[in-house]
Amino acid sequence: MSEISIAKTAVKGMSDGWNTLGILALGAVLYFGAPLLFNTYNLNLTAKFVCFAVAGVGIMLVWGKGGMLALGQGFYFGLGGYAMAMHMKLNDASMNGGNGVPDFMSLYGDGTVPGWWEPFRSTPFTLATIIIFPALVAAGLGFAVFKNRIKGPYFAILSQALAAAFVILLIGQQTTTGGTNGINGFRYFFGQMLGSPESTESLFHISVVLLVITMFVAYLILRSRFGEMLIAVRDSEERIRFLGSDPANFKVFAYVIAAIMAAVGGALFSPVAGIISPADVGIIPSLALLAGVAVGGRVSLFGAVIGSIAFSFAQSLLSNAFPSFWTYFQGAIFILVFGFFPGGIASGFKKLRAAFVRKGDVQIG
Amino acid sequence: MFKLAKQTYSTTSALVIRDLKVAFDKFVAVNGISFSVEPGDLRFLIGPNGAGKTTVIDAITGLVPSQGSASIGDTELLGKKVHQVTRLGVGRTFQTASIFEKLTVQQNLDIACGIHRSAFSLFRKRKFVDPRVQEALSVIGLGALSNVKAGTLAHGQKQWLEIGMLLVQDAHVLLLDEPVAGMSQDEREETGRLLQRIGKDRIVLVVEHDMDFMRSFANSATVMVRGSILTEGSVIEVQSDPRVQEVYLGPKSSEVK
Repeated sequence: MSEISIAKTAVKGMSDGWNTLGILALGAVLYFGAPLLFNTYNLNLTAKFVCFAVAGVGIMLVWGKGGMLALGQGFYFGLGGYAMAMHMKLNDASMNGGNGVPDFMSLYGDGTVPGWWEPFRSTPFTLATIIIFPALVAAGLGFAVFKNRIKGPYFAILSQALAAAFVILLIGQQTTTGGTNGINGFRYFFGQMLGSPESTESLFHISVVLLVITMFVAYLILRSRFGEMLIAVRDSEERIRFLGSDPANFKVFAYVIAAIMAAVGGALFSPVAGIISPADVGIIPSLALLAGVAVGGRVSLFGAVIGSIAFSFAQSLLSNAFPSFWTYFQGAIFILVFGFFPGGIASGFKKLRAAFVRKGDVQIG
Repeated sequence: MFKLAKQTYSTTSALVIRDLKVAFDKFVAVNGISFSVEPGDLRFLIGPNGAGKTTVIDAITGLVPSQGSASIGDTELLGKKVHQVTRLGVGRTFQTASIFEKLTVQQNLDIACGIHRSAFSLFRKRKFVDPRVQEALSVIGLGALSNVKAGTLAHGQKQWLEIGMLLVQDAHVLLLDEPVAGMSQDEREETGRLLQRIGKDRIVLVVEHDMDFMRSFANSATVMVRGSILTEGSVIEVQSDPRVQEVYLGPKSSEVK
């Protein structure tokens, strides 16, 4: 049976056991550890950061593995966030004998709910929309962009313009999207009253579970042949054509997955933060999503997640302690991390490990 | 979108190029050339720099737009996209080996093997090594290095890996662009024997500068000068042609760069 043993040793790649354990351990530490350590306010903050991390996993896939610098993931984050916000707002309005019209609509508009809001009263419709709509938009845009071989900085600018255009659209629609104020003041999340320590903790738990699921999905993608293919596309796109595949298909798929992940993160962000507004989905928040992933390590699943959470924490702590100095700290973080570890902090760990563990079993000719 | 590789022609048909013309704006790189390559014939395409040799390969594989015809049996290759031509069993290599340096030798071969798999298999993990990959590993002699990152291979090994990727693809037509450029003498001979082995039942067209290499391993040669074919024939015929000696070989030169 030597052939089988050859095949087994030959297929070396990610170790399923360690990665599964790692994802579960990270989830468990957050799930059980954070509520013990943090007060309600900080727990709520952590939940927000976990939402960013969910979007960050998508950025790791599309940017780190796929090489597409998606500067406008806030757009998809916003699609998810606004869908969920609309659903909550409509439900709030019809609770306790309400007339079913969200408060800001009566305040700024004529008190009627626009037709395209109506389906969001339904929970299944809302949940399906959070996934399907961003996927369709990303697929349409992806095919148009990648089939026409638009890449590099041109794609980056285009994706950033998307986030900018979305913000302009939102601000212009005061009566249907809440304009600059966004949508806020949610009272219930699927029947649970918001604002209590219990609801904060349960929202936190939901967000951690979603993060773990997202990480598993990303891991399954990375360990599949598609994951290898994505790296191959990143490193040598033209070469893929001579293997008989159109690289655009792989890029579109990765972009769609990243869009869904951003939307899922955004959908949970709305109830956690209690608000979704243009300030949460524009260019700056899109870059903030990216920055966490870059600092943590854009090619590493764990690096992206821990980086997203840690970077947001640093931002929150430092900007509270030194309100006018945060940007200096931010600059210092970037210089330190990218100066020493261009691939993010995770790449530093890899270098360390490589220095200690020498692979003696392979002779390089 | 994801179609499996399909050979739509008989493996005994020749690659036939007719009136192939490639023009970049006003510059005519390939000026209406015609030739054909039979399976089993190890054909070298030689000529001085700028003769348009690589452009011929680019045109056949769909990389540059061209006029005329390049066909195998009844299957026309021109006018198709790069990946469509590849799926018809036409593979090529590049002057500088273009392998995936961050992936292992085996992963490189496995990716090339993707041409035989359905789209859904992409979402599964690689559980066993495809027999095609195993076979290619032994043909190109990199069996011991299958788990090494391709980027760490020696120059010659990278070219062999690239040829191995074509074998895994089951390419029936191999268009090789200067496969021995920059190789040591030992590596050249190794590569030559490899080409003879795999060229037995395939259509192989080698673009080459190295005259010694051609003399040792070519079956026949086509000589291109300034976008046109000067002459064609067996190695001895081509070498003894005074016009070839004049424009290219020189009276005694062994290698012209």
